[in-house]
Amino acid sequence: MMKDTFKTAAILVATFTFLTGLVYPIAVTVIARVAFPSASSGSLVVRDGKTIGSSLIGQSFTKAEYFHGRPSATSPVPCNASSSSGSNLGQLNPALREAVAGRVDFLRQMDPNLTVVPVDLVTASASGLDPHISPASANAQVARVAKARGKSEDELRKLVALHAEGRQFGLLGEPRVNVLLLNLALDEAKLQP
Amino acid sequence: MNMFDWLQLILYVGALGACVRPLGAFMARIYEGRPPRFIGFTRPIERLIYRLARVEETTEMDWRQYSASLLVFSVLGTLVVYGLQRLQAFLPLDPEGLSAVSPDSSFNTAVSFATNTNWQGYGGESTMSYLTQMLGLTVQNFVSAASGMAVLVALIRGFTRHTAATIGNFWVDLTRGTLYVLLPLSFVLALALVSQGVVQTFSAYPEATLLEATTAPDGTIIATQKVAVGPAASQVAIKQLGTNGGGFFNANSAHPLENPTPLSNFLQVLAILLIPAALCATFGEMIGDRRQGRALLAAMAIIFAAMLALALYTECRGNPALNDLGLDQSAGNMEGKEVRFGSANSALWAVVTTAASNGSVNAMHDSFAPLGGLAAMWLMQLGEVVFGGVGSGLYGMIAFALIAVFISGLMVGRTPEYLGKKIGAFEMKMASLVVLLPCATVLVGTALAVGLPQGRAGVANPGPHGFSEVLYAFSSASNNNGSAFAGLSANTPFYNGTLGLAMLIGRFGVMVPILAIAGSLAAKKHVPSGAGTLPTHTPLFVFLLVSVVVVVGALSFFPALALGPIVEHLMLPA
Repeated sequence: MMKDTFKTAAILVATFTFLTGLVYPIAVTVIARVAFPSASSGSLVVRDGKTIGSSLIGQSFTKAEYFHGRPSATSPVPCNASSSSGSNLGQLNPALREAVAGRVDFLRQMDPNLTVVPVDLVTASASGLDPHISPASANAQVARVAKARGKSEDELRKLVALHAEGRQFGLLGEPRVNVLLLNLALDEAKLQP
Repeated sequence: MNMFDWLQLILYVGALGACVRPLGAFMARIYEGRPPRFIGFTRPIERLIYRLARVEETTEMDWRQYSASLLVFSVLGTLVVYGLQRLQAFLPLDPEGLSAVSPDSSFNTAVSFATNTNWQGYGGESTMSYLTQMLGLTVQNFVSAASGMAVLVALIRGFTRHTAATIGNFWVDLTRGTLYVLLPLSFVLALALVSQGVVQTFSAYPEATLLEATTAPDGTIIATQKVAVGPAASQVAIKQLGTNGGGFFNANSAHPLENPTPLSNFLQVLAILLIPAALCATFGEMIGDRRQGRALLAAMAIIFAAMLALALYTECRGNPALNDLGLDQSAGNMEGKEVRFGSANSALWAVVTTAASNGSVNAMHDSFAPLGGLAAMWLMQLGEVVFGGVGSGLYGMIAFALIAVFISGLMVGRTPEYLGKKIGAFEMKMASLVVLLPCATVLVGTALAVGLPQGRAGVANPGPHGFSEVLYAFSSASNNNGSAFAGLSANTPFYNGTLGLAMLIGRFGVMVPILAIAGSLAAKKHVPSGAGTLPTHTPLFVFLLVSVVVVVGALSFFPALALGPIVEHLMLPA
């Protein structure tokens, strides 16, 4: 009896491994590649034959002439796309307060006229790879970026508005701006006369 | 909370509610061996599997044979996952050249996926080869879920049968749950997720040239970014539907390639509660009284709503400890959250994932407000019966229902009955085991960890929050949830070992007594309900059941919670 149980269990482990571990993921991959070629391969952004990144994966920006994304707690460098992680700091952890205060100071140093700092711009994202900031966080950086690039604030505000995504179907999620795509647009606009 | 937050909540509850009845009825037909015609094309595959494994479809098992089959199957599955991790460097589909996982971590992960816990001491993208993720983890996502559902169905048969010796055939229940329920749903969900941007590829990690180079702490200039990809969508779909929760990537469903849009988020959070909620309707169908299923669903919904309200409040109000830094905190407590989801969707997910024993996250629970973290922790400590794992949640809730009828029987001096079966000393002993064993494992494990230097070494946050990290870990493991206060460094021999043990006790220490109850009840006669029978479909019984669950949970865990999240909450500035 027990020997039969082992035999049946072993055959079923093998069968389900084949069915749910090979057939299923391979079938999904094949269909996904045909139906959603870009999405299934990581939504990569390519410029002049060079992979610039993924439109879904944040990159670290610290220069004044770029819009900055969410702070990232990945190691060893921020926005390490092969090692996602949050900070896991508790609300009362002094390290959290210190980090947030430091980021606020950094932003104020770059733009002494900065008034309101939206919370998402100075708190670490869950994945460390958040590609978005809130529209408020983008607008808070317009003055700085405009100055650094010698552009008018109006022009930049228009560019931000162009890259702002609303709630999906007007309902789901939160309004947001994709930082990498916005900065790419900035660079490309600079190339034009 | 704004209007959109409320609308999304209403949409969520509405969508879930709409699925309960049809999916519940569908699953009842599957387990009764009457699959609807539209899925009849699966029947030849089912027959082929039985022929391969030499399973007699009509031969039934008593509860001991059923338990033995389940245990043997789980042990073999665990060994496969262990072996794959240890040998992955020598196996194909490892484009990143990831090396063998350590023995203690491999043990922990193998147990974790075979027990439907999916606690993760490792980071997926930096540890597991594609082959291990598919052949090891995805497979266990399916079969551990199907095993939980099988045990529930066996328990239901205990109520429906009259002086019977058997409670079904484990192999048949396992196969049907996988083939007719989990596989088709996962297939559809996986493709829907890819359409939103969840990655599904066998390619190596592509390398991208950064717009702005960064400097590493050691001074090297980093000008490129390696983007971790993989066959994620197929695994993410079943991780949510099977209440598994193990992420493909370290950041789980907070990772933009695992959960890229608000729609993918909505589909995933819906998938988490879909089967656990629908099984209440399956239960009602199979025992021939839908009101009984609705009563259990109502009890779950009441506790769920209370904890959801608490988490929404704490997460949407921002972090009081940062109030004096001049921030605009109208977006809520955004540390450890993603902009595309925002605070309300993150709070909803946290409550859903801990109510169900899913454990996937779209925000980092460690950075939640103390009381938001408490909501998540307490839902696990209640024994994962508020929806709970697929199958395991409802059989846990039925054990609580037995205790509720027993207590009310004591109050009025009548022999307790539930669904036409007299509840005797044996059933009560087993139900007590089901309720108390995970409680004891949580508390003993936590005490051990905070008492030993190896346990204290893993703590990341200072003060009471550090204690919360340990308490959360053992609550999660012992109740087979799998989420974490992830600051805890748990990938050490101490935590891999103790948490692995806690997962085994929490899974099989509960399943076997449940099957024993099933066997014992099946052997009993049906007694017609009389004037002294407590009706178990009324609001009064729902109230009684909620009270029993809450009182057991509160009495067992209030002292521990007082030392962690409660005192931490009191330390927050007003």
